[in-house]
Amino acid sequence: MPKTKFDILETTCVPLPFENVDTDQIIPARFLSATSRQGFGDNLFRDWRYLKTGEKNSEFILNNPEYSGKVLIAGKNFGSGSSREHAVWAIFDYGFRAVVSSFFADIFMNNALNNGLLPIVIPDVLLKKLHSLIQKNPDTKVKIDLEKQTFTVLSTGDSVIFGINPYKKECLLKGLDDIDFLLSMKNLITGYENNKSLVK
Amino acid sequence: MKSKTLFDKIWDSHVIKSIEDGPDVLYIDRHYIHEVTSPQAFNGLKERGIPVFRPDKTIATADHNIPTKDQHLPIRDELSRNQVERLSENCQKYGIELFGLNNPKNGIVHVIGPELGYTLPGMTIVCGDSHTSTHGAFGTIAFGIGTSEVEMVLATQCILQPKPKKMRITLDGELHKGVTSKDIIMYIISEISASGATGYFVEYCGSAIRNLSMEGRMTICNMSIEMGARGGLIAPDETTFEYLKKLPSIPGTKDIKSAISEWKKLLTDDDAVFDKDLNFDAGSIKPMITYGTNPGMGMAIDDSIPLSDESGVKASASFIKSLDYMGFKPGIKLLGHPVDYVFIGSCTNGRIEDFRAFAQIIRGRKKAVNITAFIVPGSKKVEEQMVAEGLVEVYKNAGFEVRQPGCSSCLAMNEDKIPQGKYAVSTSNRNFEGRQGPGARTLLASPFTAAAAAITGRITDPREFVTE
Repeated sequence: MPKTKFDILETTCVPLPFENVDTDQIIPARFLSATSRQGFGDNLFRDWRYLKTGEKNSEFILNNPEYSGKVLIAGKNFGSGSSREHAVWAIFDYGFRAVVSSFFADIFMNNALNNGLLPIVIPDVLLKKLHSLIQKNPDTKVKIDLEKQTFTVLSTGDSVIFGINPYKKECLLKGLDDIDFLLSMKNLITGYENNKSLVK
Repeated sequence: MKSKTLFDKIWDSHVIKSIEDGPDVLYIDRHYIHEVTSPQAFNGLKERGIPVFRPDKTIATADHNIPTKDQHLPIRDELSRNQVERLSENCQKYGIELFGLNNPKNGIVHVIGPELGYTLPGMTIVCGDSHTSTHGAFGTIAFGIGTSEVEMVLATQCILQPKPKKMRITLDGELHKGVTSKDIIMYIISEISASGATGYFVEYCGSAIRNLSMEGRMTICNMSIEMGARGGLIAPDETTFEYLKKLPSIPGTKDIKSAISEWKKLLTDDDAVFDKDLNFDAGSIKPMITYGTNPGMGMAIDDSIPLSDESGVKASASFIKSLDYMGFKPGIKLLGHPVDYVFIGSCTNGRIEDFRAFAQIIRGRKKAVNITAFIVPGSKKVEEQMVAEGLVEVYKNAGFEVRQPGCSSCLAMNEDKIPQGKYAVSTSNRNFEGRQGPGARTLLASPFTAAAAAITGRITDPREFVTE
């Protein structure tokens, strides 16, 4: 089954300069009762975006119309806590195609890569500089080239190579599906099972 | 032959194929599923028109979304009811054993798995829930996965995973009276931070670990994820084998004696090398409590909240934000601070030993009038045992109502929510903002500490009450 492809992305950014953002903030548990993958974007950062009264929280950065774009520039240690993949679905459904941080939690990173949302790790120094730049100029643009594995801040020319597992990179570039890949290995899998039962 | 850790031995023996420059294809012995993270995975199977590959290796329960009172009545919340019904439909359609709501074996997935004999040494185990690490207490590689990976395992009984690095945490020395396995793991997390083990799989060793019961070990492994670890395991030993021998049944294992002789080989080689080695002294651990909004922000119960999160540096914005949320100031002591709610339960501390510990303190005493308590057994079996041991009477006499099993207030997907601004001493595993309800202020603690707060109505050192 074809999946979302990722190639080159040039876009403005939305900053979220908080450290240790866990998946309970990204998508609170009370929104996990759905049985499909759609519509989670409405509840992204729900308790930060909205006040108890139901009105939008004008102080929250995502509600500031000056910032828009397809990349979320997060703080250090993004996505910790619960394994809920719904957090990734919410970020993707909202419109983001990449998240940038200096440190991601493992499960979140896996979930992101499995859903066409590119997690990009950059040095903490550059992350702080980028937040500073975006604050001064909300139109700051970045360019992500997955093939070259480069992340570039277009206004300053700061560019870094980011890491990504080569297998996952190929899946993202070509829109390949992990399950189709595993299904093609059925013989190997049953072979392993038969071998194990013989050994017992 | 190269020396191997226990983690290596289990991982390597389950690799079907290593993808060059990519993850390993890992075979999964046991797949636990529940109602929240499975519906979209089953939808995927439906779209592909394929069956569940190994329904016999899949065990299901309804735990996250269910009420803990009046479980015999239809679930009131429509979305929750729908999700639980969807799980029943899917299990029926695909031939998966379901211990659903009102089933005598129902309960929190990480409580029922071990008590029903589905978690065995040497297994690879996954579930769409980050506290799957709990099962590592039996010497397994157990970890949490996302819904896409749940679909992968349902379809092929395999998962694609990069092999994590290995960390060994050794705990020697003697635990003091009133200090529990929950305090041990909270202490370790406070020392290495909520992201200190990211990228690693942990093995817990040392005499203080060996001296723990299986339930104590499950509490430790359960919270491995809270320091960012992929999972945590403890090598099986006589304690493990005795626990397993006492179970009413172990599905799929006819000869327990020969199984045990195989399981005895599940050990880290003496000269095996870990990527990181840490040592802690059990004797320096006191009853713990968290003061902030991640499990790493914990301290000894009689300590003062630190002045900043980095020594010698001005407090960071996130530290200040965290304390503001909690309504605390840097430098204050928490002892004596009023509390509104107490929750005992969850996959961390929802087993019979936890309820015995809580009962030890409340016996002959009364619940404080300002406290609302959620007493939630981890499973129907735990609930039955509480009745059989006369514990339910002890709770009732002290003014506590024992509820029915479920994840309950740990993540408050059901009605057991902590209201805005209220303080809850909780035996669960996460104190994130809003975890137990929007604006809820969670203080993580052991069953002893929770019981002490429940009878005094304030944050209290449990050592005042623990006599043995």
